[in-house]
Amino acid sequence: MKIEEFIAVVEEEFEDEIDAGKLKAGVKFREIFDWNSINALRLIALVKTEYDVTINAEDIQKTETVDDLFAIITARQE
Amino acid sequence: MLAEKRILQTNTYLCTYSAIPIIKYLQMAIFSISNVAFRGVSACVPANEVSNSDYELITEKERESLAKNIGVNKRRVRATEATTTSDLCFEAAEKLIAELQWDKKEISLLIFVSQSRDYIIPSTSGILQDRLGLPKTCMALDINLGCSGYVYGLANAGALISAGMISKALLLVGDVSTSNTSYYDKSTYPLFGDAGTATALEYNESATPIDFNLQSDGGGYDAIIIPDGGMRSPIKKESFDLVKYGEGIERTGIDVALNGIEVFNFSLREVAPNIKKLSKHYDKPISDFDYVIFHQANKLINNTIRKMIKVEPEKVPVSLDKFGNTSCASIPLTMVSEIRESLRTEHKKLILSAFGIGLSWGTVFLETENIVVPELIEI
Repeated sequence: MKIEEFIAVVEEEFEDEIDAGKLKAGVKFREIFDWNSINALRLIALVKTEYDVTINAEDIQKTETVDDLFAIITARQE
Repeated sequence: MLAEKRILQTNTYLCTYSAIPIIKYLQMAIFSISNVAFRGVSACVPANEVSNSDYELITEKERESLAKNIGVNKRRVRATEATTTSDLCFEAAEKLIAELQWDKKEISLLIFVSQSRDYIIPSTSGILQDRLGLPKTCMALDINLGCSGYVYGLANAGALISAGMISKALLLVGDVSTSNTSYYDKSTYPLFGDAGTATALEYNESATPIDFNLQSDGGGYDAIIIPDGGMRSPIKKESFDLVKYGEGIERTGIDVALNGIEVFNFSLREVAPNIKKLSKHYDKPISDFDYVIFHQANKLINNTIRKMIKVEPEKVPVSLDKFGNTSCASIPLTMVSEIRESLRTEHKKLILSAFGIGLSWGTVFLETENIVVPELIEI
């Protein structure tokens, strides 16, 4: 899976929160949308249904950019 | 001939002298109950409706998020403390018995499932046996479970009926959860609603078997808990003090405490595998079913599980937005409020899946045909 695909999936889920095109490799999550606990849960749920990978709140806490999160997910897919 | 005799001797030897049985027992609570027909279901809610858009402890934005992500918009809350769960179940039961035209003298089992019983002791089931005018030949017992209460209740009632000695049974399931929440705790107060339901089960040898997969994990006992009032932490003066656990999260020792993250993680970890396991064990593909009815607690959780088991939204009725989390009543309430007509007139294959406090969870595969479903009762 390429990072662009992942970005598209996240953008679709959060289309009401993130302006189209804002989410790019290298971009810091917290700068472009409201990083609250509900959005964290939505992200955890999304990763579970799309990739069957479990991430938790600590994982999200550690990540700054899309790339960080993408790396965690692809690592757990193996 | 000689070989067969040897096998027979070996088997007998093993059965008699060994701890390993020849018949392989499945070491899980996955089982099928025969001879039990699901005859009808009814529900009763308070007429008093409360809207989360009026919950002033949280901001407008938070109220919107609550409706959009958690999925609770309106809730039914008992108007006064005078209405208990048993009152709601009583109304549901009377109406169901009347529409079924059942002779009360033939009812030999009453199970009451609730976390909000009438008294600390005695059990409420006996009180209901008396109020409903059921004969003294009826056995009555309470089951203390919340979210998983309906599926566990069906299993218990079903198992008792299946043997053939009990011909008619009532499973009364409900809660007045709003009585245990703190107004000052935004993580619990706006989630719950009150409801009482009644289900009628009958011994019938041509009934389609009902399949179950039930589980437990007491390691998560404090994920949802009322800490004080039991034997482990008796009531004391401090039990009534409002304690602050965070911004907008204040409650007493006798209010329910809910660890949202833990419940979320548990639900995403355990529920879909439980359903899939039952499907695989009895070789009944999930796609064969007409409806999947989840315990109604959280829209994000339910939608995620729905996607994990690959079921379309049209097959998943929802009552959460109108009634809130009604604890063990949520599945039967959803059947009454959302799919009443098709249950009354058609043959339906249902998956019921409930999960939560305990931690306790389970799935039921159930078939119904032209069952009695009275209109929703409001008191």
